[in-house]
Amino acid sequence: MWSSPFITTPSSVSQIMLRVLIALIPGIALYVWYFGPAILVSIALASITALATEAVMLKLRQRPLKPFLTDNSALITGWLLALSIPALAPWWLVVVGTAFGIAVAKHLYGGLGNNPFNPAMVGYAVLIVSFPAHMTHWLTPHPLGDIVLTFSEQMNYMFNGVLPAGLTLDALTMATPLDTLKTQLHLGLAANDIRDMPIYGRLAGKGSEMVSIGFAIGGLYLIYTRVINWLIPAVFLGALFVISGTFHLLDPVHYVTPMFHWFAGAAMLGAFFIYTDPVGGATTFKGRIIYASGAALITYLIRAFGGFPDGIAFAALLMNICVPLIDIWTQPRVFGKKGGGK
Amino acid sequence: MRQLHKFHGGVHPPTHKEESTRTPIAQAAIPSKLVIPLHQHVGNRAVPVVQVGERVLKGQIIGRPDGRLSSAVHASTSGTVSAIEMQVVAHHSGLPDLCVTLIPDGKDEWIAHSGVDYKQTPHTELRHILRQAGIVGLGGAVFPSDMKSYSNKHKIKTLVLNGAECEPYITCDDLLMRERAADILRGAEVLRELLYAEEVLIGIEDNKPEAIAAMRQAVQDDKHQFMEVIAVPTLYPGGGAKQLIRVLTGIEVAAGVRSTEMGTQCFNVATAYCVWRAITFGEPLLSRIVTVTGNVDRPQNYEVLLGTPVSELVKQAGNKPDTNRHIMGGPMMGVDLPSGAVGVTKATNCIIEASPALFPPPPPALPCIRCTRCADVCPADLQPQELYWFAKARDFGKTQEYSLFDCIECGACAYVCPSQIPLVQYYRFAKSEIWQREQEHQAAEIARERHEFRVLRLEREKQEKAERLAQKERAAVAAKPVAPTPAPALADPNADPDDTLQMRIDAAVARAKEQVAATEPPKNTDALTPQQQAEIAEIEARRAKFHEIASHAGADDESPKQS
Repeated sequence: MWSSPFITTPSSVSQIMLRVLIALIPGIALYVWYFGPAILVSIALASITALATEAVMLKLRQRPLKPFLTDNSALITGWLLALSIPALAPWWLVVVGTAFGIAVAKHLYGGLGNNPFNPAMVGYAVLIVSFPAHMTHWLTPHPLGDIVLTFSEQMNYMFNGVLPAGLTLDALTMATPLDTLKTQLHLGLAANDIRDMPIYGRLAGKGSEMVSIGFAIGGLYLIYTRVINWLIPAVFLGALFVISGTFHLLDPVHYVTPMFHWFAGAAMLGAFFIYTDPVGGATTFKGRIIYASGAALITYLIRAFGGFPDGIAFAALLMNICVPLIDIWTQPRVFGKKGGGK
Repeated sequence: MRQLHKFHGGVHPPTHKEESTRTPIAQAAIPSKLVIPLHQHVGNRAVPVVQVGERVLKGQIIGRPDGRLSSAVHASTSGTVSAIEMQVVAHHSGLPDLCVTLIPDGKDEWIAHSGVDYKQTPHTELRHILRQAGIVGLGGAVFPSDMKSYSNKHKIKTLVLNGAECEPYITCDDLLMRERAADILRGAEVLRELLYAEEVLIGIEDNKPEAIAAMRQAVQDDKHQFMEVIAVPTLYPGGGAKQLIRVLTGIEVAAGVRSTEMGTQCFNVATAYCVWRAITFGEPLLSRIVTVTGNVDRPQNYEVLLGTPVSELVKQAGNKPDTNRHIMGGPMMGVDLPSGAVGVTKATNCIIEASPALFPPPPPALPCIRCTRCADVCPADLQPQELYWFAKARDFGKTQEYSLFDCIECGACAYVCPSQIPLVQYYRFAKSEIWQREQEHQAAEIARERHEFRVLRLEREKQEKAERLAQKERAAVAAKPVAPTPAPALADPNADPDDTLQMRIDAAVARAKEQVAATEPPKNTDALTPQQQAEIAEIEARRAKFHEIASHAGADDESPKQS
């Protein structure tokens, strides 16, 4: 006998994940517009690696291939990782990161739904620790660069490591806006003066700020279609605003504006696509507030005082660790049991 | 305008109510046979009082209530009892139960019956009438109404009349309210008097405007001054008693708490209708309105004799060949009936004929991704994803820590789950495992007590035997005081015989004690983790609750008059 309920909504994991992929497209489009098509190659590489690793791991774990290969979750891991690392990098960088994320962070912990850590962020952490040099060469946005590589020239570098004669990698890439800010502050420049440098735009880094806006638009689409809950992005951005705003008000010479923090680095990607990953995230209302504000605090501390230019990935991993405890602490009261009464 | 309250969560499944509301309630034909289960209510099964071969009249009691929490069962029409035997019944357990099979004679001949004027009748007498008329909650819970219709020590402010009918497909209460509003309200007035309630709030979901209008009209026509018909938002499971009480009064009745303790009581509209018929006309509960819908040609509501085989009922609505199962109740909480041969019971509000096209089997479940859509819709504010996790891991202590027994099994969580996990099945599994464990625990407790008693008895017997022996020897010694023949029995002739005896007795006692110590099993209550202790405490608390409910039950009721 079959037991109730006999009806379900037509929603599926695969559809939810597909919507997340769709929501990434505005950001990716702006990325291509400002930085060229190299990112598309990274994403393609990451997708193939993700699906291949997923298939191998499923085979090893003796799990059915079809339902898990079509759930689109591996693709999200691949895309997020590709978007988190420099686009103009040797092909194996994104492959190693994605494969590690899927094989170790996801499948060794039990596969879909069982990974305590965000696989893409684990992949990112492995890459930035193992290959820091490759992780610092970010493409210069088109409005700034004197030289723009053609697509085939980019391919040639990614797969053969060969740049056109007379060009060095340094001429084509630059440090990220967050990185530059950190270095210049160390050199004793005031935040305001640094912001006047040509790499900065109206909000944060030229080009990258627009990509952030693209991710924010995608994120709003996810909230609108109820794929993600508004709470985590709202609390994360709110907390980041308050923390960075406080520092900025107290010491504007050394601390940049909240807007800068919002639109620099991976803040928008984190707010809408990384911290909202349900698997490793907090599940209760209060828990999500703690989770998102904790992530904002760690992100800010790493950005302002830490050794890495951005803190989104490490904040995600550190908060992932805390989730079981947060969830236990913040269980909501059950119907009819006000004030803990029985 | 009354201030309505909200409950957490809820879902909006497609209602499918239009199909069966286009025509008025029809009288279902008297079937070729009636299969009437003797256990159609919460509490003890009714005891059969008829013989095989006996002719019975319509309305005659065929099963008398047994014990306080029980209800009578009647012959739904006149005819001959052809069997009293175990048969498959319409119940989610799928287990057979004792049924009376009745072959109707087609005369539909009533037993002599008459009603009373409820205003002139003592309340205990009214409750007795309800009990003997087999009136139970017709919303599906089938709790004996006589047991619910006294206020006991608690002051009841609000009587909630449940006409919400939130489950998809079901329209039996809707049609009943449209067609028989006046009698429903009169029944509600009787219940209000029994409960000394100050007000009657009638909650109807706002997708039933005709029913709301009819009920409002009836309130006006009969000048019911304590009654108010309130349209509540359509939101599943807003028709759950706890949810409706919450929406109408703001009161939250926690699991394990009786609503009367919070000053409210809730009855289904169909129950109120039957209360009126039973009190005023002496008509026992012989039939009920059943929605027949789904994969049939003419979805419709029927007034159906209790015991009518489901297959005979659905035939009247034109059942289609590709039907593969009968669902009793709605698609959210209904029961997949084991067979079409089962009889309609007091709990049968709806029969949905299901086909693979109408109710496609769910796709294979994927792992939980902790998206918490289930928690977002849970009306009991639970964390279904955690309950699932612990139930799957068979960590039943944890499921109780996460309030498993507050789950009302409404199915909203499984309805929205993107991984298509049959969540409610996991909760039912966990609950049954816990009940099972509790029973085993109780059985073990009884066994342990028995064993301890036996050991004590053996010890006592040994001691008595030793004493008897000692006395005998003492008597023997006393009998031959002057003839000190060499006594081989005594090891030391110089020893005082009394001392030896005392030593023997002591030794016997010590041996017995040792044996007790050796045979006593280690108590399973030693060296428990705090979690297990909490579990046991909770189980004990629940048992205490049951005892309390049982002891309160019928506290001001008369002792059952059974002849």
